[in-house]
Parts: sequence; C-alpha cells; structure tokens
Amino acid sequence: MGSPVGTRGPDYEMVVERGKIAEFAAAMQSQNPAYAGPGAIAPPTFLISGSLWAPDGAAVDVGFDRRRLLHGEQEFIFHGPPPRAGQVLTVSDQIVDRYEKPGKRGGMMRFAVVVTEYRGEDGALVAEARRTLIETAPRGGAS
Amino acid sequence: MQVEVGEKAEAREYGPLTTRMFVRYAGASGDFNPMHYDDLLARAAGYPSVFSQGMHSAALLASFAVDWLGPENVRRFAVRFREQVWPDDVLSCSGEITAISHNESGALVTAELTATRQTGGIAVSASADFLLPILPLT
Repeated sequence: MGSPVGTRGPDYEMVVERGKIAEFAAAMQSQNPAYAGPGAIAPPTFLISGSLWAPDGAAVDVGFDRRRLLHGEQEFIFHGPPPRAGQVLTVSDQIVDRYEKPGKRGGMMRFAVVVTEYRGEDGALVAEARRTLIETAPRGGAS
Repeated sequence: MQVEVGEKAEAREYGPLTTRMFVRYAGASGDFNPMHYDDLLARAAGYPSVFSQGMHSAALLASFAVDWLGPENVRRFAVRFREQVWPDDVLSCSGEITAISHNESGALVTAELTATRQTGGIAVSASADFLLPILPLT
C-alpha cells in the first residue's frame, strides 16, 4: 500500500510569480515590502503553493487513508536567499522515509516523510520542503 | 541588526481569525480541503465548525518572523502542528533567539517561534534559521 521509500515523482515546472507572491503575502497578513513589486521574493512557506503547478499524478502517493491523515511537520530549507519573482524552478517529490509507532489507543500510526526539491535553471538546489505525514491508528485499535 | 541569544521579539496578535481568511489562504496556497471553508461538510464530519489550515497559522507565524529577522535572510523554517485553530481565535506570535553561529557570510541565527491561541494552547511552533549579513557585537 503506497509507494516505497525512494519513489520519485516526475519533474514539473513552477514559475515564481509576482502576483502569486502578493496574493500569498495578503493571506499571511504581511505588509512587508519584500513581497511587493517586481523584485518580490518568496515568503518562507510560499513554496507550498507549488502544488498548484503539479500536473495530475505528479505528487507521490504515500497510500494513507485520507480520513486518518494528519500533517505533522513541515520544513522549508533555503540554500541561499529565497527565490525571486520570475525565477523558474524545477520541482520533484521523493518519499525519503517511512516508519511506524504504536498509537496511544492501540494500533499502529504510520509516518511518511516526503521531500520536495526546487532546482534553479542551472540545476542547483535552491530550496527543499520536507513534510511529515501521519496516518493515525484505525479506530478500535486494530492496525 | 544586532542580536543576542535570549533576545525576544515584541509579540504580535493576529485575529480574530475568520473563515474569509481561511478561504484567502486556500486560494493562495492551493489547499482546498473543504474542512477549512465548508461549514456544513465540517459539521457533518463531526467538527464544531470549519477550522484553519495548519499552514495558514504557519504563514502568520512566518509573517511575524520575517518582520523581525528579515525576509531575505530566512534559510530554514520548520513548523510543528499542535492544536487546531478555529474562527474567532486570536493567535499571539512570539519568538526568541536560541542560538547564533558565525560563518564567513554572517551570523546564522536560530529562533524558536510560537503561535499561541487565546486559550493558552499552542497552535503551531516553529524553529527557524536566518542568516544575518552582518556580525552581531560580541
């Protein structure tokens, strides 16, 4: 069930757009001038919107039951200043870890860690997003 | 900018939060889970009402953090989701510098950040690194 560790999704393109940054900044209630104008840069959690660029089927499938799915942790790492408006990024997802822990009420909780890489036009790694997904133990304690 | 370990940012409040804000975040981020804007569906699923996206609270905490340490300087922003956030909640964001390390490009500052609900419960906590281009006074 679900794809194994090492599974990599296809590459897709994400264009860092000035208007999208402005929209995101409004949603985060920021008036910071760094997020306005032609030189706008990406806010710390902006790359999450890259999913809007993903073609159908590009997201790796961890195989968890959506009704028991929790987003446990989310990390963004920038290997330099955050991306700027106009930059074209190549994005891909990879499942890097899976593990299980006993749930508090019996049964097993399942965890999956998915890393999304964002590469610049020269192929260099610009940023990474790492998310930990949790599938809670089924009700009744049976796993 | 001069910083030292133990320095705290002036706390800032966001809210009362509204469903409209959740909708705005849904559009900005692409997270269209209906639990965040469709009250009928949320109640049918057993929730008292719609609730905020965890990443929405994280974005507000990020907004707070960049006004403090600089939007260009962020190098890592890691969030942990703790409690759900509901309409009319007020999130109080706070932050403290917990470590500073120096390298040739400046001072890498680690801050621990928290968005706390009016109940005292922590909605999201974050650990973030900012690379400040100038060295702090020692």
